[in-house]
Amino acid sequence: MMSEFVLKGGQVVGPGGVADADVHVRDGRIVEIGVGLASDRVIDCNGALVGPGFVDVHVHFREPGQEWKEDIETGSRAAAAGGFTAVVAMANTDPAIDAGHLARYVSERGADVGLVDVMPAGAITLARGGTHLAHLDELWAAGVRLFSDDGDSVHDAGVLRLAMDYLSDLGGIVAQHAEDRTLTLGAHMHEGAVSARLGMRGMPALAEEAIIMRDLALVELTGVRYHVQHVSTAGTVHLVEEAKRRGLPVTAEVTPHHLAFDHREIERMDPAYKMYPPLRTESDVMAVREALGSGVIDVVGTDHAPHAAAEKDVPFDDAPRGVIGLETAAAVVNEMVPLGPVEFFERMSVAGARLLGLDRHGRWLEPGVPANLVVFAPEVSWTPHHFASRSENSPFKGRRMKGRVLATIHDGAVTYEAS
Amino acid sequence: MNDFLTVEGLPRAELTSLLDLSDEFVEVLARPIPKVPALRGRTVAMLFFEPSTRTRMSFERAAKALSADTMSFSPGTSSLSKGESLKDTALTIKAMGADALVVRHASTGAPWRIAEWTGLPVLNGGDGAHQHPTQALLDALTIRQHFGNLEGLQVAIVGDIRHSRVARSNIAAFSTLGATVTLVAPKTLLPVDLAGWPVHTAAAIDEVLDSDVIYLLRIQKERGGASVLPSLPEYVSRFGLTWDRFARMSSDSVVMHPGPMNRGVEIAPEVADHPRSLVEPQVANGVAVRMAVLFRLLGGEADDV
Amino acid sequence: MFLGDPVPSVMGSEDIGRAIRRMAHEIVERNEGADDLILVGIHTRGVPLARRLAQVIGEIEATTVPVGTLDIGLYRDDISQRPTTALAQTRIPVDISGRAVVLVDDVLFTGRTIRAALDALIDMGRPRVVQLAALVDRGHRQLPIRADFVGKNLPTSATERVWVHLTEIDGADGVAIEEGP
Repeated sequence: MMSEFVLKGGQVVGPGGVADADVHVRDGRIVEIGVGLASDRVIDCNGALVGPGFVDVHVHFREPGQEWKEDIETGSRAAAAGGFTAVVAMANTDPAIDAGHLARYVSERGADVGLVDVMPAGAITLARGGTHLAHLDELWAAGVRLFSDDGDSVHDAGVLRLAMDYLSDLGGIVAQHAEDRTLTLGAHMHEGAVSARLGMRGMPALAEEAIIMRDLALVELTGVRYHVQHVSTAGTVHLVEEAKRRGLPVTAEVTPHHLAFDHREIERMDPAYKMYPPLRTESDVMAVREALGSGVIDVVGTDHAPHAAAEKDVPFDDAPRGVIGLETAAAVVNEMVPLGPVEFFERMSVAGARLLGLDRHGRWLEPGVPANLVVFAPEVSWTPHHFASRSENSPFKGRRMKGRVLATIHDGAVTYEAS
Repeated sequence: MNDFLTVEGLPRAELTSLLDLSDEFVEVLARPIPKVPALRGRTVAMLFFEPSTRTRMSFERAAKALSADTMSFSPGTSSLSKGESLKDTALTIKAMGADALVVRHASTGAPWRIAEWTGLPVLNGGDGAHQHPTQALLDALTIRQHFGNLEGLQVAIVGDIRHSRVARSNIAAFSTLGATVTLVAPKTLLPVDLAGWPVHTAAAIDEVLDSDVIYLLRIQKERGGASVLPSLPEYVSRFGLTWDRFARMSSDSVVMHPGPMNRGVEIAPEVADHPRSLVEPQVANGVAVRMAVLFRLLGGEADDV
Repeated sequence: MFLGDPVPSVMGSEDIGRAIRRMAHEIVERNEGADDLILVGIHTRGVPLARRLAQVIGEIEATTVPVGTLDIGLYRDDISQRPTTALAQTRIPVDISGRAVVLVDDVLFTGRTIRAALDALIDMGRPRVVQLAALVDRGHRQLPIRADFVGKNLPTSATERVWVHLTEIDGADGVAIEEGP
C-alpha cells in the first residue's frame, strides 16, 4: 500500500552536509527535495535530521523456535521504532538457519510483516555445531550474504578455513562472534578488577582477541570478506586497524551498550548488564568510542538479544547473556560518540547498507531513491519505559536519553511515528 | 539494619558494634540455660542451595537460642529441581511466614536478588566466591578475644584466595579493624587483579611465619573440574603449615581455619590439635555472631519500613 | 540535663543518700544479714544504685556483697515496637542458685522491666528468693509486681516524666518530675 506525504521542516543529511529542506515521498520513492513543498499529509520534522533509515547488521529475532522472547513481527516493530529500515537477523534460532528454506522462511515472514527488510544471516556450520559446513550455496541462493555462527565462534581453524575459501568464491561475508570458549568457561563477566573483587570468574580480553588474530591470518590466506562482530576491547580495535592498514577486506561493528557502559556496572550484580562480549574496562570503552568516531569501526550493530523477564530475573551467574538495543541505539550513539550528522548516518545506515550490498537502503537522499528514511531529533530527550520488543531486557530502561526517532519510513510507508 | 549481605564497606564503628553485641551472646551461650526469648514468635528460614551442614547447623542453633522458630530448605528433594525459579521458591517461603532468610547460594549476588524479590531481611550465608560476612565476624571476634584488638596485628591468609568468599570477607573485615593482611598463594590462586586491595602478598608460607595469625584456607586440587594445582604435595611444600613451620612461629601466634580441615594438606594434624589453633573457639563464636546478626535484623524496627 | 532547668526537684543529693542508707538497712534486716545476698543492678541506672547499696551493706555487715549487672534487652516484651539499642553487659559474678537476689532499678513504673529481669534471672539459675529495690516507685503498674524496698513513693500521672540522675552517669544526683507533652 503506497502513500504520499511530505516530511516538512527537517534538515536533510547528504554526503556534503546538512540542508534545511522538505522531502516529498510518493509511491515508495522520494519524488522531490526542496523548500516549501506541500501535500495532503504532512509530517512535521521540527528541525530534526532526515536521513537514510538505519541498517542493523546484527539482531536476534528468535523466530523460529524461541518466540516467547521475540518474533519477526515484534522484532520488526522494535526495529521500526528504533529508526531501522533493514536488519540482519542472526541464525542462532531453533532450528538454526543453515539451509535455504529456513532462510526463505525468515525473509518472507519479514516481508509479510512489512515493517522492515529482514535479511537472514546464514550459519557457517550445520546446526552451528562447528564441524560441518552449512548448506552455503542454498543459503546464498536464498539471498543470504552474511554468514555467522553468532552465539558461538567457529573454533576449528580447518572448518573455518574451508568456509572462508568457499565463501570467498561467492563473495559472502564471514562474520565471527569471537569467543574462545576454553578461556571463557564458567565466566560471566570481564576478567579484571571488578571480577576479582566479586570473586566471579572472568573472561580475559584475550578470549576475543586471540580468535580475531587467528582469523585475520586466515583472511589473508583466503581473501574472504571478514566482519568482526561486537568489538569490545582496545586490543581488538588495534587488530582491526592494523588489518585495514594492510589492506585486508575487514569491517567491524560495535554495540551501543559497549559505547555506554564499563564493567563497573556489574558491581551491583544485576543481570540487566550481562551480555557477550561482557562490559569491559573504561579504557576499552574509550577505545571503541574513538574507533567508531574515526571509522576504524564501520558500523553500529545492536546485537539486539531479547530474553523474557523471568529468564533474566535470576542471579547474575545464572542469567542468559544479552540485552535488547534496537529502540535505544540511535540515542546512545548520539550521546556517547561525537559524530557530525553525516558520519552519524554513515555509521548507522550508509556503511551497513554498503557492506551488505543493499541498494534500496542507506542511500543519501535524492529524488528517485527508494524512501527508506528516518527522522531523528538529536536534541530531544526522552525516557524509555516500555518497548515495542516483546522483551524488555534493556539496561537503558528508565534512563533519560538524548536523541529520539520521530518517524521511520520504509518503502515509502510510515512504519513508526513517535507519539 | 535491613539485611546483612556483605562486610565490604562496613564502617569500623559498625563492625565493632556487631562484635560487642556478639560478646553479649557469648555470655548468653555460657549460661546454664543458653537461651533468650528475644525472637520468640519469629521464623527464620534457611535457604541453603549449596550443601553445608556445619554452617546451616550454626545458624539454626543461633536462631533457636534466640527462641525463634526455623524452617530449612535445601535443593535436591525440592521443587527447585522440578524447575521452579529461585524467585518463586523465595516468594513461596515468604508466603509460608518466614520473617528472615539465611541464604547460601553458588551464584554471586543471589542473596541480593532474594532480598529485592521478597523484601524480607536477608542474611548472606555465602554467595559464590564473593562474601561470607558472618564468617568474617566470627573470625574477627575470635582474634579480638585472643589479642584484645586487631589493630596492628599481622594476619596472613594462606590458600585458594581466588575462589574464597571467606578470604574476601576476611580481607575486608580485618583491614577495616586495623590489621595488616598478607595473602599467600600461588599465582593461580590469587585474585587476577589486586590493584587497590588493602593487602600485601607473599610467595610462600615461610615468608609469613612471623605473623600473629596464620589463617589457612581449605585447599582443593580441583575446582569446577579443572586442576588448579600441579599436585597436593607440591602445594604442601610451599604453602602447607607443617609442624616444622609451626615450631618456627612465635609462641604468641595463633592458627585459624574456617573448616572443614584437610588434615595433612594445608594444616598438619598436630597443628590442628594444638592449643594455639583457634578452630574450636571459631566454631563456638560462630553461633554467637549469628545470634547477634539475627537479633539486629529481627529484634526491632520490624514494623517500620 | 535538668540542672538549672525549672523542673521541680523531688529529691536532692542528700535525700538520695539517706534513702539508700535506709534501704540498705532494710535489706539486711529482711534477709537477716548479707550472707547469701547478691545485688543485681538493671542497666542503666540500676547499676550504680546497686553498687552504692552494696557499699553501704558492706559497711553495715563488714563483708563484701557481690554486685551483678543485667541488661534486659533480650527479654523485652516489646522488641518489635522499640528500636534495639546497644546491649549493655550482663555479668553476674557468682552463681545465683540458692541465693537471695535483690534486683535494683532506679524507677519502678509499669513493672514490665522487672518482669523481663525475672525471666533473665530464672534462666541463669534458681535463686532462693528474688526481691526488688527501687529508688522511686511512681505507681501505674501494668503487672502484679511490687517493690520490697522503696526509696521514695512518688505518685505521678501517667504522662509525667520522672528523671533520676546519678553522679556516676549524669554528673550529679537528683530526682525530678517533668510535665508531659
